Amino acid sequence: MNHLGTKVVDENGVKHNTISDETMEYVGILAKLELTPEEAKSAKKDMEEMLDYIDQLNELDTDGIEPMSHVFPVCNVFREDVPFEHDGSVDTLKNAPVTKDGGMKVPKTIGE
Amino acid sequence: MSEIMALSAVEIGRKIKEKVFSVEEVMRETLSAIDEKDHRVKGFLTLEEKDKLIKRAQEVQSQIDDGTLTGPLAGVPIAIKDNLCTKDLKTTCASKILYNYLPTYSATAVERLESAGAILIGKTNMDEFAMGSTTETSAYAMTVNPWDENHVPGGSSGGSCAVVAAEEVPCALGSDTGGSIRQPSAFCGVTGIKPTYGTVSRYGLIAYGSSLDQIGPVAKNVEDCANILEIIAGYDEKDSTSILREDYHFTEALVDDVKGMKIGLPRDYFVQGLNPEVKEAVLGVAKVLEEKGAIVEEFDLGLVQYAIPAYYVIACAESSSNLARFDGVKYGYRTQEYTDLHNMYKKSRSEGFGAEVKRRIMLGSFVLSSGYYDAYYLKALRVKALIKKAFDDAFAKYDVILAPAAPTTAPQLGESLADPIQMYLGDIYTISANLAGIPGVSIPCGIDSKGLPIGAQLLGDCFQEKKIIRAAYTFEQTRAYHHCPMCK
Repeated sequence: MNHLGTKVVDENGVKHNTISDETMEYVGILAKLELTPEEAKSAKKDMEEMLDYIDQLNELDTDGIEPMSHVFPVCNVFREDVPFEHDGSVDTLKNAPVTKDGGMKVPKTIGE
Repeated sequence: MSEIMALSAVEIGRKIKEKVFSVEEVMRETLSAIDEKDHRVKGFLTLEEKDKLIKRAQEVQSQIDDGTLTGPLAGVPIAIKDNLCTKDLKTTCASKILYNYLPTYSATAVERLESAGAILIGKTNMDEFAMGSTTETSAYAMTVNPWDENHVPGGSSGGSCAVVAAEEVPCALGSDTGGSIRQPSAFCGVTGIKPTYGTVSRYGLIAYGSSLDQIGPVAKNVEDCANILEIIAGYDEKDSTSILREDYHFTEALVDDVKGMKIGLPRDYFVQGLNPEVKEAVLGVAKVLEEKGAIVEEFDLGLVQYAIPAYYVIACAESSSNLARFDGVKYGYRTQEYTDLHNMYKKSRSEGFGAEVKRRIMLGSFVLSSGYYDAYYLKALRVKALIKKAFDDAFAKYDVILAPAAPTTAPQLGESLADPIQMYLGDIYTISANLAGIPGVSIPCGIDSKGLPIGAQLLGDCFQEKKIIRAAYTFEQTRAYHHCPMCK
């Protein structure tokens, strides 16, 4: 998918983002969300408008600029590997919607 | 007007030590203030049980009496935003998806407050998962602005700021991802600090945008905020982005002196879109600080308009990843009927999340998806680097930057959610501090013609909280605290 392919030009020569229903469905799969037809319609409109707005970032020349994911230089942080007693399983399981035999129960994932 | 509740947190702590009143008296006053006002303010989502609170007050009293607890907040009640985990006390993030979640541990910031003898009263309303600027996206309650009940308290820490302004509690904790402490503090006429990223541990803060989130204090004045920050700040091995700082003595900066301090006024903040009354009040702060010996200069910060679009790409991307954990398996809401595992995930999430949260997860999933990642996500991270550089250049010349906290005072209830982009524009003065990781304080500086508070914001370079605290404290000495009409 090429992002440039999602733009259309209106009668005033202004570029707008359009998102296809297929893209919306794909994003819904990634987001694990199932929108009602009305929600999907309004989400599509909102996203198109947000992308139009976000596109102003393209006015800035960022060639040669490193993407900054973190404001301070960070590297992996490790703790000393010292074992300690911790068993919060009973309290933790109290929060699970459905439990069975000390585990969280989910619908069958494999097989019939 | 309640005599105790009109005091600041530090004053209450001091008078407890001087035995002017007991911890239990303070607790009973707090509970009756909540009883009297919160049905109007609707700032609290969950309150700790009354019996437990009285018992805790008695325990803290005996620890003060025997010299175990000596800090400024010993015996002082505090409210906590509902995205901070509190052991055995319901924590919902104002979302249906966490409607019954009982954390098995407390956030580090909460633990540090409790060790200092502060007493956790309850959990405050917020925008769902901190996504919003008015507290109206909460799934549970419509918090109002105690200055005018037809107006919003701001957001996302609207509940924390409203209960402090309404004098239901002397102080609270909030969190700030794009202005969520500073903007509602301004709207409610209270003081709030967003610390340098990494200063307060995020352990136990339910994440929205992990690279932007910081926990911070909300209270009546700068002295309270500096004291609370001093307690909650510190290196924590449980947060891999926590930073070990050289200096945590924020209260040392409570000094009424700005002689020689260089203050920059970003010309590009005082332009179209800024309400004239807000502009005048913030320029009034500049004048006061100048009279007190600061050197005030206008300058061009640059890139102002790009902060909001860059922020929404980054915050939504991070939130789509952070909120993937809410799936109806481990905790919270699970849909009633489902066919298979995937269907259960989708239905639980779709029924459990509100509209704004879904909007941001969708946008975040989109900008991270293959084909769009470079054009949107990496582009936004490059713009973030440019914004950071603009602040570095500014702080090479100035000790602090003075700006409005928000372009207007609090909007009316029900006015904001229909046009998301318009609502996002309200964060224009606060959002870049989160992208740059820098600290900011919001202080009340005036009242507009509608009777609503106006907030000014002081921004400092990373790790320079003391400079903004000193400037804010110096200004505060020239202006008495204004109690909201509800408290008179």
